Amino acid sequence: MGATPEIAAIDELIKQRLAEILPQQIEAQMKAREESRTPSLAIIATKGTLDWAYPPFILGSTAAALGWDVSIFFTFYGLNLLKKDVSDLKVSPLGNPGMPMKMPFGPDWFKGLNWNIPNLLQAGIPGFESVATLLMQQTIKNNGVASIDELRSLSLEADVKFIACQMTVELFGFSHDDFIPGIDYAGAATFLPVAQKADVSLFM
Amino acid sequence: MNFDKELDARGLNCPLPILRAKKALTDMTGGQVLRILSTDPGSVKDFQAFAKQTGNELVASAENNKEFEFYLKRKQ
Repeated sequence: MGATPEIAAIDELIKQRLAEILPQQIEAQMKAREESRTPSLAIIATKGTLDWAYPPFILGSTAAALGWDVSIFFTFYGLNLLKKDVSDLKVSPLGNPGMPMKMPFGPDWFKGLNWNIPNLLQAGIPGFESVATLLMQQTIKNNGVASIDELRSLSLEADVKFIACQMTVELFGFSHDDFIPGIDYAGAATFLPVAQKADVSLFM
Repeated sequence: MNFDKELDARGLNCPLPILRAKKALTDMTGGQVLRILSTDPGSVKDFQAFAKQTGNELVASAENNKEFEFYLKRKQ
């Protein structure tokens, strides 16, 4: 059935009009969907030192404050961040040439000094790690930076989900009693589908 | 500028001013204004981003002698 010249002309007009309207409508619908969607963040926290305790809790609590859905998976040394008492987290300058050693007390000229202590020497001085940890704790306090305990509580209050890797809990000889309440215990198969749906997925 | 509640976040560092502001806003009703004081220079960009993302309007902000002031209007 061949189209009459009239129908062909109408078809052409419809095509033109659709080409004008469709992109606008699709754009509007996509925008509405984007605005009503809740963004999500999935983090794997694998480190158990004072310095590395910060990124997961800072990003997790902030994302929650922005209205995002947040899940943090704690595995290997990251499990230390879930212990009831996190005041014993340590930081080591050993093997970390990026760590500046500045004093958090004394007159300004003294605070400004950079202590270039060779890494090998740091390894040999007993108690070096404890001193570095004390200095870092003081620096954190001086700068009005929250404690790990505080950021962790704020994260939990804001409904950040904490998931501990059950395999490493057993591997490291922890028991659930060692950790704060409100944690789920699960494995890789739980993390992956969460990460798949997440807008942002970070390994720390 | 008029405000209904004030949050003193001076001396606090990232991300505490944002977290405290979020908490303060939850206790307020739509249209009310929260005034935030901060000394964290990073909070200038952060409160802009916070407002944009959460829909609570940043109606005004000011800097005075290294102190920052933000007025957030809680969304309806």
